[in-house]
Amino acid sequence: MSTPHTTSPAREQSPPAGDSAPAVAAAHIEKIFPTSGGEVHALSDISLSVRPGEFVSLIGPSGCGKSTLMRLIADLDQPSSGELQVFGKDARQARRDQDYGIAFQKAGLLPWRTVSDNIGLPLQLHGVSSAQRKARVQGLLEMVSLEDFGDHHPDQLSGGMQQRVAIARSLAEKPRLLLMDEPFGALDEMTRERMQTELLRICTETGASVVFVTHSIPEAVYLSDRVVVMSPRPGRISEVVDMELEDPAARGDDLREDASYFRMITAVREALHGGAPSGRGVETR
Amino acid sequence: MTAAPSTPNTGLFSRTGPPGSRATWLWGVIGILLLLLLWEGYKAIGPEAGVVLGDTRLLPRTSDLAMPHTWDMVTRLFEGETQARNASPLWVTVVSASAFTLGIAAAGWLAGVVVGVGLALVMLRWKIAEWALLPWIVLSQTVPIIAFAPVVRSWGAQLELGPIQWEGWMSVALIASWLAFFPIAVGALKGLQSPETAHVELMHTYSVGWWTTLLRLRLPAAVPYLLAALRLGAANAVIGAVVAEISTGQRGGIGRLLIQFAGQASSDPAKAWGPIFGAVALGLVAAGSVAMLGVILSKYRRTEEK
Repeated sequence: MSTPHTTSPAREQSPPAGDSAPAVAAAHIEKIFPTSGGEVHALSDISLSVRPGEFVSLIGPSGCGKSTLMRLIADLDQPSSGELQVFGKDARQARRDQDYGIAFQKAGLLPWRTVSDNIGLPLQLHGVSSAQRKARVQGLLEMVSLEDFGDHHPDQLSGGMQQRVAIARSLAEKPRLLLMDEPFGALDEMTRERMQTELLRICTETGASVVFVTHSIPEAVYLSDRVVVMSPRPGRISEVVDMELEDPAARGDDLREDASYFRMITAVREALHGGAPSGRGVETR
Repeated sequence: MTAAPSTPNTGLFSRTGPPGSRATWLWGVIGILLLLLLWEGYKAIGPEAGVVLGDTRLLPRTSDLAMPHTWDMVTRLFEGETQARNASPLWVTVVSASAFTLGIAAAGWLAGVVVGVGLALVMLRWKIAEWALLPWIVLSQTVPIIAFAPVVRSWGAQLELGPIQWEGWMSVALIASWLAFFPIAVGALKGLQSPETAHVELMHTYSVGWWTTLLRLRLPAAVPYLLAALRLGAANAVIGAVVAEISTGQRGGIGRLLIQFAGQASSDPAKAWGPIFGAVALGLVAAGSVAMLGVILSKYRRTEEK
């Protein structure tokens, strides 16, 4: 069960440039899916850079390719052309080095494993000793406020708790980049807001960069340093909106009632609607 | 945000409630009583010659020869197998023959598990193997075992495996495994392919290989499918063993006993029912043993949702 190349922390193997290199650097990415009904142009001319420690949200209507872009970064799919680097390496190498943690809309926990064993899964797969694993999992349980639930099984948890377990799992190997595809999409509004605040606190604690896919404008605004607005058919970046809000570390629920927050929501909404006037691009399908 | 206590489905008869619950056993007993009532009821009121429509017999004769009383069948079990003074009770003969057949069926079942799971792994690994093998696997089950049992026996008799002599029971076990491997191969493949794409992709993001994914994701996920398949396989192995004993003329097992005592039914009708009860018990023991396996593996039968 030992996988020698990953038993030592991957970070030591990354080139010295790794620390200054952007977390994600995409240049002129194209993604075309061949389907039976012809080619689908999923992404067109995507250029994007995410700084270390930066929180970037991808927002846009369905079919704009935001999830596809995230999958490219995660090396779950490969771009048709263009260049994509994660911490100065190609995406495949970054995946092999476990430079990112990932969380999806569905928690995707293994039902036969306890909460602790689910969080420790990536550590176990990469040959971390059980004592080290136990200590790390304990810390992560505290981080997501599930100290008392380590021995529970996923079917005994609420949706919000399952999602917190999934986030803890994505943080298990202390990744410098978190990829999140609508992780709160299936949660009710109250749980969702609490999870957002928790996520900001966790990001401040870990200093990780985040690429966050969502279709909720308030969520993107509340969490992000920058919001990348995308438009569909073909998926491309129509605008990047800088969030002129207080420091993410200081953000709390009172921000949700602040005038600057509403101003940013308006800005993103206008970018969304202005970027894709009605009727444009409809004929491609 | 409260944790509901969960009651995972871990029963011997998982569909109907918690394991070994009183209700489950009660229904079992009621079922047997109903069967007895039906038998004795029809025997009491049915016409002696049975119900015949044209040339077709719809219901059997109710004579003691055709339908012995249920209590006669049971008491016969405790009488001597033969008239001889030193004959052992019938049930001893039946139990020892059942144990003999159970051993053969278990060997066949084990062989079926190895072959079935092996085939499933090959088909999982190479899609092309699935296309190539699956039709043959299905086709294999259409061969009537009565037809090829004697062939297996005569081929086996000519086999020489070094110091190991091919024996009759091995032919029987081989035929039992022939029936057992099919549901296991199909069920195991379905189970191994059952993980969601999200889970498979998660393992991909962890950069782990095929074997680790198999061990940590696919095998645990396959357990519920495997348990059902193993149980079907066990039932098939028992049927295969009994039928193969009969068609290869294997002595010592319940199959032989069924034929032998059926031949004596005209003089001793209740005796023929001894091995039938034995065969039923055999199937229950086989299926029950696999169900015990399910209790041990109960944690793998959880689902993510409540």
